[in-house]
Amino acid sequence: MMKPFNSSPTKTTIGKPSMLKRLISSTAFLLPSIAFAEDSINGADTAWILTATALVLFMTIPGLSLFYAGLARSKNVLSILMQCFSLTGLMSILWFIAGYSLAFGEGNGFIGDLNNLFMANVTKGSISGTIPESLFAVFQMTFAVITPALIVGAFAERMKFSAMLLFSTFWLFAVYAPVCHWVWGGGWLSELGVLDFAGGIVVHITAGVAALVCALVIGNRKGWPQTAMPPHNMTMTVTGAGMLWVGWFGFNAGSALAADESAAMALIVTHLAAATGSLTWAACEWKKYGKPSVLGSVTGMVAGLGTITPASGSVSPAAAIVIGFAAGVICFYATITIKQKLKIDDSLDVFPVHGVGGILGSLLVGVFCASELGAFSGYGFGGDNASIASQLKAQLIGISSVILYTAAVTWILLKLVNAITGLRVNEEEEHQGLDLALHEEKGYDL
Amino acid sequence: MKQITAIIKPFKLDDVRSALTDIGLQGMSIEEVKGFGRQKGHTELYRGAEYVIDFVPKIKLQVVVTDEKMDDAIETIIKAANTGKIGDGKIFVSDISQAIRIRTGEINDEAI
Repeated sequence: MMKPFNSSPTKTTIGKPSMLKRLISSTAFLLPSIAFAEDSINGADTAWILTATALVLFMTIPGLSLFYAGLARSKNVLSILMQCFSLTGLMSILWFIAGYSLAFGEGNGFIGDLNNLFMANVTKGSISGTIPESLFAVFQMTFAVITPALIVGAFAERMKFSAMLLFSTFWLFAVYAPVCHWVWGGGWLSELGVLDFAGGIVVHITAGVAALVCALVIGNRKGWPQTAMPPHNMTMTVTGAGMLWVGWFGFNAGSALAADESAAMALIVTHLAAATGSLTWAACEWKKYGKPSVLGSVTGMVAGLGTITPASGSVSPAAAIVIGFAAGVICFYATITIKQKLKIDDSLDVFPVHGVGGILGSLLVGVFCASELGAFSGYGFGGDNASIASQLKAQLIGISSVILYTAAVTWILLKLVNAITGLRVNEEEEHQGLDLALHEEKGYDL
Repeated sequence: MKQITAIIKPFKLDDVRSALTDIGLQGMSIEEVKGFGRQKGHTELYRGAEYVIDFVPKIKLQVVVTDEKMDDAIETIIKAANTGKIGDGKIFVSDISQAIRIRTGEINDEAI
């Protein structure tokens, strides 16, 4: 969520007196010019981020919700749509109440502070970089919306609606907000120069790892994998996937937080990785199973997008092709392994696609950000890192700490929610389908 | 009179229908059915999850013919529905004791 070399967007945010004071004391002689630069809103930047914000929201509703809903069985189609839609509302409110402050407030290296509860300091006049702070806050809000919504795929077709709301609420504050602060809010990982342009770590690793833990704790769907549970509407899935591809332009190119060369480069590498990931996954299927599938094509696209996300501000188009290819192959085999070998019912494959993709991309960016790789040269290391080795070390620290933290806290939260509401619907309700059992509605009356 | 029941591949229905019309048959009824024989089912694959679909779609065609027409009709169906591949289907023949055309009250051979 920052341009390379920028250690934190909050450092350019006014309305945070102590930060400003620090800036003043360190650059006192430059103060007048900086003060003016800090104050100015750039219309082009603002226009683009307004657009990007809409695109990222469009990824969740209806992109992700259709993508997921088509993969469920017809008796659960509404429950998926309902979960994504309700999370959009709930996470937005929670982000407004405390999430934004905890993620982007100054605080310490681990977590922000509570000085901006209810966005009290977000006024019409406050500025973040070259855009209004209100815009920065809502752009970030759309990320806080989609991340818990991604996890829905892991516990699809069996989790109680109440438990899902409660878990996601806790999770936003206990996992998303801190990790977001570590990486983008001036926290300890940004101090290490960890590169995560648009959320490979903050969004995809957290969501992917949480998904895996959810699948393990809540357990497999009744009858899985002996009983066939094929997608009920592939056309819906492909429609949603197309929306995700388009929306991702806002996700990654918007993360430049400006309408500039970084945004444009992020957009093209994003697109190329999606294209390569899609073709690669389909090719893997063609080779292994004899036929390329539509679901494989769209899943490979999502894998390519998730994998390029952390790298999208740091790599060249040629590197994006390599990253997309790696995503297609590795996420394809990860999906098969989780399902066939480990027999884990991560129902809509959130971990092998988003988690594995996020990890892979967050590693590869450590290589392809280097500027001495010919056509594969990127746009520089993060922070004080000066070699591929040191950047990779920072990436590894970032990746492993976020995996461990997310896994542990997610597990605790699930146990807590289990004690409060129970996680799972009963067997009869699961058999009946969540649409009727939990919402008293049917998706189709054919 | 004989009733010929043929289970055939759905895409062969048009060929069978026109071949039977060509030899002078004036009516038949069909229904869409699912089943399995030696062809068994097929496999669907979603992100590496394999689902074996046991029952494959077929068309069940029923036609009642006079005893003299029977061999001709059977031969015609076999010729029209044959692809040489597994799953072409089967033909069953049974006796019919009576046939009546509702509109006119004609019976047996006149009714079919």
